[in-house]
Amino acid sequence: MGMTITEKILANAAGRREVKPGENIWVSADVLMTHDVCGPGTIGVFKREFGNDARVWNREGVVIIPDHYIFTEDRICHRNVDTLRKFVKEQGLPYFYDPADETYSGVCHVTLPEKGHIRPGEVLFGTDSHTCTHGALGMFATGIGNTDAGFVMGTGKLLIKVPPTVKFIIDGVFPKGVTAKDVILKIIGDIGVDGATYCAMEFAGTAIEGLSIEERMTICNMAIEAGGKNGIIAPDAKTVEYVRSRTGKAFNCFRSDTAAVYQAVYEYRAENFVPVVALPYSPDNVKAAASAGKVKLDRSYIGSCTGGKLTDFMFAAEVLKGRKVCIDTYIVPATAEVADALNKVRLDGKTLSELFVEAGCLEPAPPSCAACLGGPVDTFGRCSNAEVCVSTTNRNFPGRMGSKDSRTILASPYTAAASAVTGYLTDPRKYLK
Amino acid sequence: MANIIKGKAFVVGDNIDTDQIIPAQYLNLVPTIPEEYEKLGSYALVGLPDEYAERYVRDGENKTRYPIIVGGKNFGCGSSREHAPISLGAAGCRAVIANSFARIFFRNCIATGEVYPVETDVELNRKIRTGDELEIDLDHKTVKIVGNGATCGTKDLGAVKAVIEAGGIFAYARNSGMIGKK
Ligand code: SF4
Repeated sequence: MGMTITEKILANAAGRREVKPGENIWVSADVLMTHDVCGPGTIGVFKREFGNDARVWNREGVVIIPDHYIFTEDRICHRNVDTLRKFVKEQGLPYFYDPADETYSGVCHVTLPEKGHIRPGEVLFGTDSHTCTHGALGMFATGIGNTDAGFVMGTGKLLIKVPPTVKFIIDGVFPKGVTAKDVILKIIGDIGVDGATYCAMEFAGTAIEGLSIEERMTICNMAIEAGGKNGIIAPDAKTVEYVRSRTGKAFNCFRSDTAAVYQAVYEYRAENFVPVVALPYSPDNVKAAASAGKVKLDRSYIGSCTGGKLTDFMFAAEVLKGRKVCIDTYIVPATAEVADALNKVRLDGKTLSELFVEAGCLEPAPPSCAACLGGPVDTFGRCSNAEVCVSTTNRNFPGRMGSKDSRTILASPYTAAASAVTGYLTDPRKYLK
Repeated sequence: MANIIKGKAFVVGDNIDTDQIIPAQYLNLVPTIPEEYEKLGSYALVGLPDEYAERYVRDGENKTRYPIIVGGKNFGCGSSREHAPISLGAAGCRAVIANSFARIFFRNCIATGEVYPVETDVELNRKIRTGDELEIDLDHKTVKIVGNGATCGTKDLGAVKAVIEAGGIFAYARNSGMIGKK
């Protein structure tokens, strides 16, 4: 019987020849990722269950990336990072990106691939729902809670149910002005926020093959917003090149069989996509940017694991070069590597940072999750009143970016930039040649 | 396994996400630290919009008056934060009845043993109001509206039942000899 890429990776991790959707299987993890919000609780569970002197199952397998509450005065947040430091030292963990020194990186989901922790064919569990991002490189990656993470930390294994796969085939070439963000928002709008609950979401077709690795990450990142267990894209030459340049570790490239069985298959033509937005308060409340009505904005936010990668800032810069924003515009690079690139990559002779500041954006913030999830009251960019914010992030539930009175509209970096220029929700295509 | 859960219900709508269950500003609290566990309870469902006339946990209190939450579809969508089922459990919630659950929330309920996620096809959240008394019978898979005696069925817990019955993922693995005794 044919298997999907997700089934093949899980079968491999379970030491079996074949697995079927719905089966419960024990799989071996290659990587367990946790951060400052869930790390201390995971460590608490690990110690409670395995004892104070317990050792993690594999030191190389545990990656700890503080990123959520870093630039805050909040005392408890600092205590939590200290808890991680102590644990890393006690266990001798080699992969810790400490906010106190030059190893600090920023948002976990952009850090993981940058630092070579993401490899095709492997299994990653992370204490963060957007762990599904990493299926973009052909791995099985999914979010879990602290208790399950504590279990993986001690055993390297987890009991999981094999998900059925829903396939999205997109062929053709995306029109100018359409980004991966528009593609995934459109799909979520079509199937709903519970449209792929429990399923693997597999993305394929010539249009997906044409996307860069970072754009593929944006697509898989939001699989969870449709309820998906994981997002996945078959690895190709681009994937192999990206991964090889970041790690020397061997990996396995799996692909779905032509005879693989899918729960559902959706087919799209790339040419039919347009810039879209998701209006409050749900990621499936999707409208074309051009027909969302006259929506007045208070701020624009470009950042997060979804929209704070170098590619995202390149898109924003294309719109903002030589123009002025008329609302508060926040630039939050996801990682130190992205922040560094903002000061190096040039467009028309100017670095992206210079270009953003000249356009009137606030000075780029240090890398972290920042206001993507609201956070402590002193978080950079956090909405504290009834602001309406167009944002390249991934969730717009009530209160997601801070105050319950604020409203978040999800959009691509192009749309967030064009809307910053007009002060209203704006289809970016008129600013793009 | 507690077989009967009886008490007042707190009624919510569809797609109650984890930001509404426990807003991100409280995620610095670590659930395995007892005082912080209690605090998480005091913030349970504090992210619900102000249109809700009643708070799930009243200001200045740590515990709810509503041991049962009744939602619609996709309850617990959003983040993987285990703080969500934990805050509900810490507040004194014993069960959430919904038409469907988001996957990670459902799994975290089971892994932590904090609350029972009970699925039903009946749109109970449209039939009753906050404050109405319910009686959930886990063995017989029914929910009774105490006021009028109406009863509806709940779905089987399916494959995770074995894990719940063992008392969570750790106990399950210990029973099967996968990991050593504590
Ligand atoms: S950037 Fe936002 S969505 Fe991404 S990991 Fe951080 S808080 Fe979560």
